[in-house]
Amino acid sequence: MSSIAQKKGFGATVWDYMTTVDHKKIAILYFISGGLFFVIGGIEAMMIRIQLMKAGNDFLSAGLYNEIITMHGTTMIFLASMPLLLAFMNAVMPLQIGARDVAFPFLNSLGFWLFFFGGIFLNLSWFLGGAPDAGWTNYASLAMASEGHGIDFYTLGLTISGFGTLIAGINFLVTIINMRAPGMTYMRMPLFTWTTFVASALILLAFPPLTIGLFFMVFDRLFGANFFDVAMGGNTIIWEHLFWIFGHPEVYILILPAFGIFSEIFAIFSRKRLFGYTALVFATILIGFYGFMVWAHHMFTVGLGPTANAVFALATMIIAVPTGVKIFNWLLTIWGGSISFTTPMLYAIAFIPSFVAGGVTGVMQAMAPLDYQLHDSYFIVAHFHYVIVGGVVLAILAGTHLYWPKMFGTMLNEKLGKVTFWFFLIGFHLTFFIQHFLGLMGMPRRVYTFGTDQGWDAYNLISSVGALFMAIGVIVLVINVILTTIKNERVGNDPWGDGRTLEWAIPSPPPFYNFAQTPLVRGLDSYWIEKMEGNKEGMVYAEPLGDIHMPNGSFIPVVISFGMFVASFGALYHMDGDKAWALPVLIIGLAITFGSMLVRSLKDDLGFHITKEELLRDAKGGNKDGSK
Amino acid sequence: MKKGLKNWRLFALLTALLVFLSGCGREEISTLLPAGEVASDQFNMLILSSAVMAFVILVVTIIYVLAIVKFRRSKIGEDVIPEQVEGSAKLEFLWTAIPIVLILIIAVPTVYSTFDLADTSTMDVAAEDGSMTNLTVNVNAMLYWWEFEYPEQGIVTSQELVVPTGERVYFNLLAADVKHSFWIPSIGGKLDANPENVNTFYLTFDKESSELEDGVFYGKCAELCGPSHALMDFKVKTLSPEDFDQWVAAMQEETPPAEETLAQEGEQLFGADGAGCIACHATSGVGKGGVMQGPNVATFGDRNRVAGILEHNEEEVKNWISDPQKYKPGNLMPSPKALNDGKDFTEQELDALAAYLMSLSVEE
Amino acid sequence: MDLNKKYTPQTWPDHPETATLEGKNKFVGFWLLLAAETVTFASLFATYLALKDKGPSGMEFTASGLFELPLVFAMTMILLTSSLTSVYAMYHMKNHNFKAMQAWLGITVLLGLVFLGLEIYEFNHYVHLGFGYTNSAFSSAFYTLVGTHGAHVLFGLSWFIALMLRNAKRGLNMYNAPKFYLAALYWHFIDVVWVFIFTVVYLMGVIG
Repeated sequence: MSSIAQKKGFGATVWDYMTTVDHKKIAILYFISGGLFFVIGGIEAMMIRIQLMKAGNDFLSAGLYNEIITMHGTTMIFLASMPLLLAFMNAVMPLQIGARDVAFPFLNSLGFWLFFFGGIFLNLSWFLGGAPDAGWTNYASLAMASEGHGIDFYTLGLTISGFGTLIAGINFLVTIINMRAPGMTYMRMPLFTWTTFVASALILLAFPPLTIGLFFMVFDRLFGANFFDVAMGGNTIIWEHLFWIFGHPEVYILILPAFGIFSEIFAIFSRKRLFGYTALVFATILIGFYGFMVWAHHMFTVGLGPTANAVFALATMIIAVPTGVKIFNWLLTIWGGSISFTTPMLYAIAFIPSFVAGGVTGVMQAMAPLDYQLHDSYFIVAHFHYVIVGGVVLAILAGTHLYWPKMFGTMLNEKLGKVTFWFFLIGFHLTFFIQHFLGLMGMPRRVYTFGTDQGWDAYNLISSVGALFMAIGVIVLVINVILTTIKNERVGNDPWGDGRTLEWAIPSPPPFYNFAQTPLVRGLDSYWIEKMEGNKEGMVYAEPLGDIHMPNGSFIPVVISFGMFVASFGALYHMDGDKAWALPVLIIGLAITFGSMLVRSLKDDLGFHITKEELLRDAKGGNKDGSK
Repeated sequence: MKKGLKNWRLFALLTALLVFLSGCGREEISTLLPAGEVASDQFNMLILSSAVMAFVILVVTIIYVLAIVKFRRSKIGEDVIPEQVEGSAKLEFLWTAIPIVLILIIAVPTVYSTFDLADTSTMDVAAEDGSMTNLTVNVNAMLYWWEFEYPEQGIVTSQELVVPTGERVYFNLLAADVKHSFWIPSIGGKLDANPENVNTFYLTFDKESSELEDGVFYGKCAELCGPSHALMDFKVKTLSPEDFDQWVAAMQEETPPAEETLAQEGEQLFGADGAGCIACHATSGVGKGGVMQGPNVATFGDRNRVAGILEHNEEEVKNWISDPQKYKPGNLMPSPKALNDGKDFTEQELDALAAYLMSLSVEE
Repeated sequence: MDLNKKYTPQTWPDHPETATLEGKNKFVGFWLLLAAETVTFASLFATYLALKDKGPSGMEFTASGLFELPLVFAMTMILLTSSLTSVYAMYHMKNHNFKAMQAWLGITVLLGLVFLGLEIYEFNHYVHLGFGYTNSAFSSAFYTLVGTHGAHVLFGLSWFIALMLRNAKRGLNMYNAPKFYLAALYWHFIDVVWVFIFTVVYLMGVIG
C-alpha cells in the first residue's frame, strides 16, 4: 500500500470521527481526550509532589505552584474524570438498554466538542499569560484579585465545557426514559445504567448554578459588574454557595457511575446476581437526592452560624447510610460467589477498603466542630483523594480494562494490567494515607512550601514517593495500551466469559447500529438469563429483521463549538481595553455559533435507512469493525 | 462525675496515643496535642469518631477478607455456577439500622458542640467596674500578615498574638483584602476571615507558651489567599494573666526613643524624614486596628520570627528589608528602591534599620 | 419519516408532538431542559434577593425608589396575552390548521416584540437616571436577572420567526410539529419566569 493511500486513510478516519454521531465513536473521543487530560493532570500532580518532597523546596515558584494546583484540580475533575466516565456511559449504557443509539445523536456529538474546546481553551492559558491560580474552587475574593487572564480562562473554559456536560446529561436521561428495549423496565436496568441515569439528573440540576456563578464572575471581571465586589455591595459568599451547590452534587456525579462500574464488575466476576439489586437502586437515588442538601458542609468555617452548621452536619451524616447499604450489598454479592481475580475485579476488590476509608473520614468531617480543625488542612486533601482516586479513578481504571474489548475489540494484557494495579494501589495508599496525619499535625492545604520547623518533613517525603509509584502504574498502563493496539487480537462477544448484561450479547465492537434486531428483555441480567437457558444467540428478539433508521453524521457540532471557542478569546481580550480586534473576534465567534445553529435548524436532517439486505450481509461477517 | 470519667478516658487514650504515635507532630502546631479547651473538645470528637469508624472498618474488613478467601474460583472450581441470590430484607434492615444508631452516637455531641463553640453570650458582659469580663481581640487579616487589635485596652500589635491563659478570649475576624482563615491548630479549629462580614468565636489557651520548645504556638492562614498563602504565619504567645496585664501596661506606654547610636540612625531612617517606613509601620503599640497599611512594629524586638517566617536575628531583618519579594512573593511591602530615591539601602543603612527594629521592645 | 406525506385534520394525530420517537425524545428532553432553566433562574433570583438594595455607602438607587409599576404592569399583561395567543396557535396546530396557527404565532411574536421594546425602553430609562450596570451590586443583580429573561425572550422570538419562515411554504408535518410545540412551551416558560420577576423584583421592590 502506498503512503499516500495510507495518509488518505488517516485523514478519512479523522473526518469520520469529527462528523460522527455514533455513541460508540463519541465514547472513544471522550476516552482519548479524557485520557490525555488525565495524563496532563497527573503530570501536574507529580510536580506538586516534587515541590513538597522536602521542606523549603524551590522546584516551583509560589505563583506557579498555585497555578498548578488549580489546574490539577480543575483538569482532573472537569476534563479527566467526567469525560472518562462519560466515555463509558456513551460506550456501554445504550447497549445495556438495547438501544441503537442515544436519543439525540447530534447533541451527543455537540456535547463532546463543547467539552473538548472548553478543555483546550482552559489549557491554552498555560501559553497565554498564565493559568488560573485561585484553586479549583476559585473563591471569589481571590479570583477577583488575581491578575492576568488565568481566571478568565477558567470561567470561560468551564462555561463552554459545562454546556457540553449539561447536554450530555439531558441526552442520557432522555435515552434511558425513551429508548429502552421492550421488556427493559426500570427495575431491570443494569446498575451502571441506573447510576448513569441518576448522575445525569444530578448534572441537569447541578450545572446551572455553576454556570450562573461563572457568568457572575465573567460579568464582574469583564464588564465591571459588582456581584463579588465588597466595596460596591457585592458578596463573595454567594460564589461559595453557588459553587458548592454545584460542587457537592458533582462529587456524586463522579462517584455514582463509579459505583455502577463496580456493581457490574462484582456481579460478572463473582458469577452472581447483584445482591439486593433493589436496595442498590434506591440507595443510588437517595444518595443523588441527599447530594443536593449538604453543600454547606464545605462551608462550616465560613461563619454561617451554628444552626446552619448543625443542620448540614446531620444531613451529611445521613448520606453514610445509603452508602453503607451499597458497600454491604457488594460484599454480599461476592459472598457465596465464584470470584475470578481478573484485573477489573482486583480494582473492585481494592475499591472497597479504599472507599470505606474515604467514606469514614467524610463522616468525621461531617461533625462540624471537628471539621473546624480538619477543613482546609491536609486531612481533607487525604479524604477527597481517598474518595476520588480510591473510588472514581479506580473505577475508571477498572472500566478501562473491563470495557476495552467492547470498545476496541481486543483485550488489554492481563499481566501488565495487574502490574499497573499493584503499583497504582500501593502508590495511592502511600501517598494519601499519611496525609491524614499531616493535616492533623497542622499542615494547611494549598501551601507551596513549608518550613523544616513544622515537623512535616518525613511524611511529605513518603507521600511524594507514593506519587512516583502511581506514575509508574500509569506509565505501565500506557505501554499496555500501545502493545495491545499493535497486537490487536480480536475477541468475541463475551470475552470475559461471564458477561450478564446485553452489551456482552453483541459483537466487540458492536456494529454501528448495535442491534440488528431489537432484543426482548426477559429479566434482570438479560444475557445471563439467555445463557443459562442455553440460548446460543444470547437474546430473544422483539421484532423481525427489517430496515433500520439511523441518523446522519454532521460536522456542525465542531463548528458550533469552535465558534464558542473563538468568541471566548474575543471576550477574554476585550477586557484589556487596548485590543481593537477583540470585539470583532467575539462577534465573529458568536456569529459562527448561532449561524451554524440556524443552519442546523433550517436544514432538515431525516437520517437514512439500512436495508434488511445490508444487515443480512453484515451478519454473514462483512462488517465487524463498527464503521458504516 | 461524667466529666471526670470522660477526662480519665481521655487521659488513657492520650497516653496510649502518645506512646503509639511519637509522630504526633510538634506541640506548637499539632491538633493531636491540644493545648486549649476548644482543641481538646475537637480532639475528643476525633477520638470518638475514630473509634466508631474503626468499628465500621473492622466489620467490613472481616466480611471482606472472609469473602475473598472463601470464594475464590480457584478454590471452588472452574465450572461452578453459584446460587443467584436476590437479596435479603432482613440484612438490608440490619445494615440500614445499625449505621443510623452509629450516626446518632456521633450526631449528639456534634450538635451540642456546634452550638457550644458558637456561644458568644459572655462576650460583651461587663463586670461591676465597667471593664469587660472577657478579652476581645479584633483580628484583621491582610496579604500576608495579621493585625491584632485589643479595643478595650486601646492597643494594637501584629504578627504575634499575645493572650492570657485560662480564660475565654473572643476574636472578631475580618479580612481587609481577600478571604483568609484564622487557625491555631493546637488551640482550636479555624474560622474564616471574610471580606464582607465579621466572624466571631472564642478560644481558650491552657498552656503558657514559654513551656514550648520554640516559645510560641504557631498560627496559620488556612484559606488560599495568593502566592504567599503558605507563608502567612503568625505566632501566639500565651502568658499567665499577671504577665499579660503587665504586657498590656507596657504596650500602653509611649515608645522611648532609641538609645544606641546605630539604632538612633535607624530610627532617623525609619522616620518620615528618612525612607518613610513609618508611614505604614507604627512604632507605638497604642492605637486602633485597620488603620495602618503595614504591620505594627512596637514589639519587633520581642518577636519569635521576622515577617512570621524568618529567624529572628538582624541578618534576616536585613535580608527581608532588602528584598521582601524574595521571601514572601506578592506581599505589598515596597522594595527599598521605591522608598530610597531609587537606590538600594547601603549595608550601613540596613544595619541601622535592623538595630533600630530589634531595639523596639515592650518586654524586659 | 416521510416529509411528503400529506395529512388532513382527520389523519392528523391527537398529539402530533409526541407521535414519533423523535418527537417523544424532544418532548422529554425539552422538559428536562426547562428543569435546568428553572434552576438557572432560581440561582439568579436567590442572588438578586441577596444583593437587593446593596451597594456602596451612600448609594442613590434602591428598589422602592426606582421601579414604577404602571409600565411593568403593562409589560406583564402583554406577555401574558402573548402566552394566551400561543395557546391558540397550538390549538390550531393540533387541528392541523396551519394558516390559523401561523396567524396566531404572528400575533404572539408581535406582542413579544412590544414587550422587548418596552423592556429596552425601561432599561434605557434607568441608565439615563444614572442607574447603570456597574452602579452597585444591586444594579448588577437586577440587570442580570431581568436581562437574562430578556435574552430568553429574544431567543424565543427568533425561534418562532425561524420556524414560521422555514415552514411557511410546506405546512405542518410530523417533522416540524414537535418543533412548533416546543417553541410554544418555551414561550410559556418565559412567561412564568416573568410572573416571578414581576412579583419578586417589582412588586416586592416597590412595596417591601
